[in-house]
Amino acid sequence: MAKHHVTTTVNREPVELLCDPSATLLDVLRDELGLIGSKEGCGSGDCGACSVLMDGRLVCACLVLAAEATGHEITTIEGIADGNKLHTLQQQFLEDAALQCGICTPGFIVAAKALLDRNPDPTETEVRFWLAGNLCRCTGYDKIVRAVMNAAAKMREEAVHG
Amino acid sequence: MNAVEYAKPQSIDDAIRCLTNAPVGARVLAGGTDLLVQLRAGVVRPPLIVDLKGIAELRRIESTADGFRIGAAVAGAELSEHAEFSSQWPGITEAFNLIGSTQIQGRATLGGNLCNGSPAADSVPALIAAGVRCIVVGPSGSREMAVEDVVTAPGKTVLTTGEFISQFLIPARAAHSGDAYLRFIPRTEMDIAVASAGVCLTLNAAGVCTAARVSLGAVAPRALLVAACADALIGSTLDDAAMAKLAAAASAACAPINDKRGTIEFRTKVAGVLARRAVTIAAQRARGN
Repeated sequence: MAKHHVTTTVNREPVELLCDPSATLLDVLRDELGLIGSKEGCGSGDCGACSVLMDGRLVCACLVLAAEATGHEITTIEGIADGNKLHTLQQQFLEDAALQCGICTPGFIVAAKALLDRNPDPTETEVRFWLAGNLCRCTGYDKIVRAVMNAAAKMREEAVHG
Repeated sequence: MNAVEYAKPQSIDDAIRCLTNAPVGARVLAGGTDLLVQLRAGVVRPPLIVDLKGIAELRRIESTADGFRIGAAVAGAELSEHAEFSSQWPGITEAFNLIGSTQIQGRATLGGNLCNGSPAADSVPALIAAGVRCIVVGPSGSREMAVEDVVTAPGKTVLTTGEFISQFLIPARAAHSGDAYLRFIPRTEMDIAVASAGVCLTLNAAGVCTAARVSLGAVAPRALLVAACADALIGSTLDDAAMAKLAAAASAACAPINDKRGTIEFRTKVAGVLARRAVTIAAQRARGN
């Protein structure tokens, strides 16, 4: 089986690799690039644990072929922090204890970032609808939603006060 | 997964060539939200996947004198974010906003939602109600057809080998008209329609309905355009008698399956209720336009 040549950008770094043409972006992120923050929950786009950004748009990495990533910019949970400084969302998930087993957390943080990049001041309803594609099997939704709302408030303050 | 090749042609002609020369079972890829699930489940094992997203015409939203010309590989979210389109066609926009999660809406496309052939595809009744047509391209040239003529049965379309939809032609919304789409699901989000209704209608200055199209989803092997529903509305002021006639015509058109999502009796009843409610919303919009 001929390998497919993929040239893409992952977390601001240029990446070139050869993969099976039917490999998903999630397969390649985890197995070829060692970026195991994105999780495989369902593999069918229902759980959101593999959420990543593709040119800033939220997608399930399990529903994108690695071949489709050519020419696009991918951001995974590993690219959310600024070096050793956690993103406000990551810090807030810790402070609000918005995680239990942690499997869904990377997907929730990436999805929440995509929301706050578009809408810095969402209502709770908007947060809940936006995150409807991310499942938390521990059912810790209230803390997650609160952490996103609190992070949004902090980010708005940071934007004003620098 | 067992696909052997991935191709991303940059023009319609190249894509047709790719598909025509491919071994049997080649599949086109647009958003991939259905195809990748089928691949993973082993339901399909295409020897070739032809990604249509490299073709500029299939990725564009154009505003034309006649309305909009929208590429078949435009994602639902991109359509919703198009301010001019979503203000003219709120019903179509709402239908796309109901398909799956944020993640899915950013990938799932107009062409894919139609050609996947699900009787419960949310965008399809809304597109049918709006009188949308599509351009089918293939080895023997291109042809234009109404959206309601594309799907023949669950998972089946009229498209033949080498053919795919390139663009959708969405008319400019007529004056004093409005559209709406409603579906029933047992929860608030992230589910598949048990029954659905898309409506587009036009009112005159006296509030009399002069044109209407009503389409039902998830109550037959494919989305239906129900002429009897339109007949119930046209010439009326959408009074109680007309609405009762509409609901009865909608229920009479249903030939649903019985499954865990809904019984035949429930789907048949709810289709009428949804048609009536969608007409109410479309009429409010028509009065505001």
